[in-house]
Amino acid sequence: MLLLLLSIIVLHVAVLVLLFVSTIVSHWMVGGGHSTDLWQNCSTSTSNIYHCFSASTNEWLQSVQATMILSIIFSVLSLFLFFCQLFTLTKGGRFYFTGVFQILAGLCVMSAASIYTVKHTDWHFNSDNSYGYAYILAWVAFPLALLSGVVYVILRKRE
Amino acid sequence: MAPRAPWSSPSPILAALLISSLVLCPAQAIVVYTDREVHGAVGSQVTLHCSFWSSEWVSDDISFTWRYQPEGGRDAISIFHYAKGQPYIDEVGAFKERIQWVGDPRWKDGSIVIHNLDYSDNGTFTCDVKNPPDIVGKTSQVTLYVFEKVPTRYGVVLGAVIGGVLGVVLLLLLLYFLVRYCWLRRQAALQRRLSAMEKGKLHKSGKDSKRGRQTPVLYAMLDHSRSTKAASEKKKGLGESRKDKK
Repeated sequence: MLLLLLSIIVLHVAVLVLLFVSTIVSHWMVGGGHSTDLWQNCSTSTSNIYHCFSASTNEWLQSVQATMILSIIFSVLSLFLFFCQLFTLTKGGRFYFTGVFQILAGLCVMSAASIYTVKHTDWHFNSDNSYGYAYILAWVAFPLALLSGVVYVILRKRE
Repeated sequence: MAPRAPWSSPSPILAALLISSLVLCPAQAIVVYTDREVHGAVGSQVTLHCSFWSSEWVSDDISFTWRYQPEGGRDAISIFHYAKGQPYIDEVGAFKERIQWVGDPRWKDGSIVIHNLDYSDNGTFTCDVKNPPDIVGKTSQVTLYVFEKVPTRYGVVLGAVIGGVLGVVLLLLLLYFLVRYCWLRRQAALQRRLSAMEKGKLHKSGKDSKRGRQTPVLYAMLDHSRSTKAASEKKKGLGESRKDKK
């Protein structure tokens, strides 16, 4: 039982770390000496100077940023609710709220990644770019978040 | 004043310096505030806000001056002047008949509106305020960018999406708890009424004839047993009790 609890928490924390990393790290798009993320656009010029400009104010990019932030908020809220429900829930109860918020976080990160996939040509004009690891981590975070959400819903509390 | 204080006791000097710096310095400088930059679409109008902070009362001799420096241009030209309660608009420049005075010196407001924007209006506008005797101070600059279509400002969509989704989730949660609360209250009220009815029937049973009350009591007891079952099941899990209800 304790092992199960521990593994659930580890899964949740892993999802959180993935979300944070993919939101912050500047590797959504890499290629040709520059890398971009949701917030800024960095490149190494010919004279080896590392420049960063803030990202464009494209509406779709802003919605990607918003959904990433939302997924972090929901996931943090879910972890918080999990600890609350762990101590308040009656025996045999299910972690509905925790699960719902975690699933919401998963859906948010999914919509962020899919919007980015479809719309990234609107604000990156270079064609030699390829997706960086932060983008992949965001996609990895989606099934994990969904999984942990479903586990929360299925799970019954035992003393 | 401070240097004349006796050197033997440094704390009065410090205090005097502090007070003088706090009280005297702001009186010697007027601070003007404008936006950093404004965006406007071609053909539309834009308001250039200008306000100021001055330790003095707003005097009758207050004057506002707007100067314009075209993008890439060297010299700034004066395009608007307000003095002695009268706005004066430059008659020859590019902005004649396009500037409107919307400020009010009583509210420390020196804003102007520029109508019918054009690409050639790109440039820096400087607001200068003199509030005698408070006339020394820095001016403030606002840069005007004219676009074909005003781009969405950063953070508008971001804030709207985050706020919207969080609001919807909060609303749903609130609704859920409200429905649950109402349901529990109705359940409790029903139970109370049923038990009261039973008691009443029991009390009445002594007086009434046996035929008249036999069926109602049975019915009530059945109902009661069902409600207690529902209540006990609710403790197990809410989803199940809902299923029961339906």
